Amino acid sequence: MNDRNSGSALAGERPKAYSNTTATLALAKASFRSIMRSPSAVVFTLAFPLIFILVFGFLGGGGTRIDVGITPGSDINNPVISMLGKTGMIRLVKDKSKAEFDKLLEKGNVDAMVDIHKKVNTSAYSVNVVYTSASRDKGGILKSVLNNLFYDKTLKPTVAEIKERTVTGREYKTIDFILPGQLGFSLLSTGVFGTAFVFLSLRQTLVIKRFFATPVKRSSIVIGEGIARIGFALIGALFIILIGHFFFGFTLVHGVVTVINMLLLATMGIIVFMGFGFIISGIAKSESMVPPISNIVTLPQFLLSGTFFSIEAFPTWLQPISRALPLTYLNDAMRKVAFEGMGLWDVKFQIMILLIWGIVIYAVAVKVFKWE
Amino acid sequence: MISVKNLVKKYDDFIAVQDLSFEVYENEIFGLLGPNGAGKTTTLEIIETLREKTSGEIIVDGLSVDKHPNAIKQLIGVQLQAAGYYPNLNLIELIELFAGLYGAKIKPMDMLEKVNLQDKAKAKYKALSGGQKQRFSIATTLINQPKIIFLDEPTTGLDPQARRNLWDLIIEIRNAGTTVVITTHYMDEAEQLCDRVAFVERGRIIAVDTPDNLIDQLINSGFERKKEVKKANLEDVFISMTGKEWRE
Ligand SMILES: Nc1ncnc2c1ncn2[C@@H]1O[C@H](COP(=O)(O)OP(=O)(O)OP(=O)(O)O)[C@@H](O)[C@H]1O
Ligand SMILES: [Mg+2]
Repeated sequence: MNDRNSGSALAGERPKAYSNTTATLALAKASFRSIMRSPSAVVFTLAFPLIFILVFGFLGGGGTRIDVGITPGSDINNPVISMLGKTGMIRLVKDKSKAEFDKLLEKGNVDAMVDIHKKVNTSAYSVNVVYTSASRDKGGILKSVLNNLFYDKTLKPTVAEIKERTVTGREYKTIDFILPGQLGFSLLSTGVFGTAFVFLSLRQTLVIKRFFATPVKRSSIVIGEGIARIGFALIGALFIILIGHFFFGFTLVHGVVTVINMLLLATMGIIVFMGFGFIISGIAKSESMVPPISNIVTLPQFLLSGTFFSIEAFPTWLQPISRALPLTYLNDAMRKVAFEGMGLWDVKFQIMILLIWGIVIYAVAVKVFKWE
Repeated sequence: MISVKNLVKKYDDFIAVQDLSFEVYENEIFGLLGPNGAGKTTTLEIIETLREKTSGEIIVDGLSVDKHPNAIKQLIGVQLQAAGYYPNLNLIELIELFAGLYGAKIKPMDMLEKVNLQDKAKAKYKALSGGQKQRFSIATTLINQPKIIFLDEPTTGLDPQARRNLWDLIIEIRNAGTTVVITTHYMDEAEQLCDRVAFVERGRIIAVDTPDNLIDQLINSGFERKKEVKKANLEDVFISMTGKEWRE
């Protein structure tokens, strides 16, 4: 105590210029420590997504629908095609160019290609099938369907032969679909719930008031919290990606570059989602109001943004809603980057939608956010 | 050190502080006394730049609260009547956080030693006793080596030993050259601790003087205690029975 009086040893160290950066980083550090020790944050960000990944990783794909491309130039009006259509399981994809089909086939977006021609000088058809290693299961199903056709009494006279070939493509596994969805949802929940809870409780327990008695700027408080939240979310994301990759064979086309691209997308996502959190912390009157309001934001996105099912599987009237939600675009971009090996520039459309959401959300957040 | 002139604070229609004026001198312990709702906290928080005033003029160490709130924040230390600390952090980490917020270079352990909490360095704020919490709050006010500290009811809810311990701490801080502004509902405390006190009633100052002078004035006006004062009171009994050293 007394050394403050006699010696100016301590007093001499007082920095002349106040540093906002120091204050921001001190807050980020404190906040990060606090998050890491908060069980709910860890559960929402890591445990839930990992459980879903585990469940779906072992469960495998859902309802079967086989997309069969019709090679350009193929005969269309023949009994084989109409029989394929009647099985109910097979969706025929037409009107795409050869190059487009090749890509789709390689990615497993179409499960096989058929090319049907009348054999020269006969009335029988020759069926040319190309499977893809990217979709072996469905290729196998198609194969048995075709074999049944071949031995079908009514068709037999008209089908002369089935020629088969398999192209190699990347295998699109369930995990490749599920993981980006879970990652997106993890970012959504930590961004929305975490941010809303922290700011509401800091405000209500007068922690922020005590901060205001120091020279810290408001922007430092927000940015410091943001850095901690983003850091935590990214560590969580990295963890999920690595577990997915090493234990469930999640595809990372360009390895580390893909991971970095995914983390950059994750950063954009979490920033947008934190905006929802700021808004909720402003409108919630008590901590018990945070979960219901947060669920209004997260649940529809959880269900409709292609977290579990491709949004193409939804009824058409639902799809416009899906296509309005930010998580849809984050999931979409994540999948394109991870599995199709696209760069960030290739998903600029998705990024742009996220950006627009970000601008709108933060414009609202600035209006409704409360400090005390 | 602090000069408050014609301070007025209205909450909507309600006038919490009306035309309040007083001065705090350098290196004194200045007490704000008054009943609940008198406007003590309101006045302190306006000086601390935490609340807007309706009108009036406040100068802290030559700086106006209107023009230099941030400069004032750097040279004062603040203990709020009700305040929380960042959740899930231990005392050392909280001090580190405040050091960052103030831009002060200090060793957290030194700060805890000043308030005798070094044994609780790894404890969470929530896990402290009432007296320890108050002492920790005081430690956070010292981080930026302030010229003035504001303590809003630091001894409320403490046992007699803990209160005395806190008085010693406050006197030590003052002896180190810091001006102290304190509010309390304990008159014995004000009498022992404060160099000067101001009585606040319904947002107005009704008296400012040293405790001695105020007591003398009352006696001179012919006041007498109803009951003959014994040589000891119940608090003396409490302390003699439970010992002088404080617990926790
Ligand atoms: N934020 C506020 N909004 C409206 N009225 C307020 C607000 N804060 C305080 N008041 C009112 O202003 C008056 C003074 O309050 P203040 O907290 O300054 O009293 P105090 O002297 O510190 O009382 P105590 O001894 O109980 O701490 C009270 O009547 C209180 O109800
Ligand atoms: Mg008060």
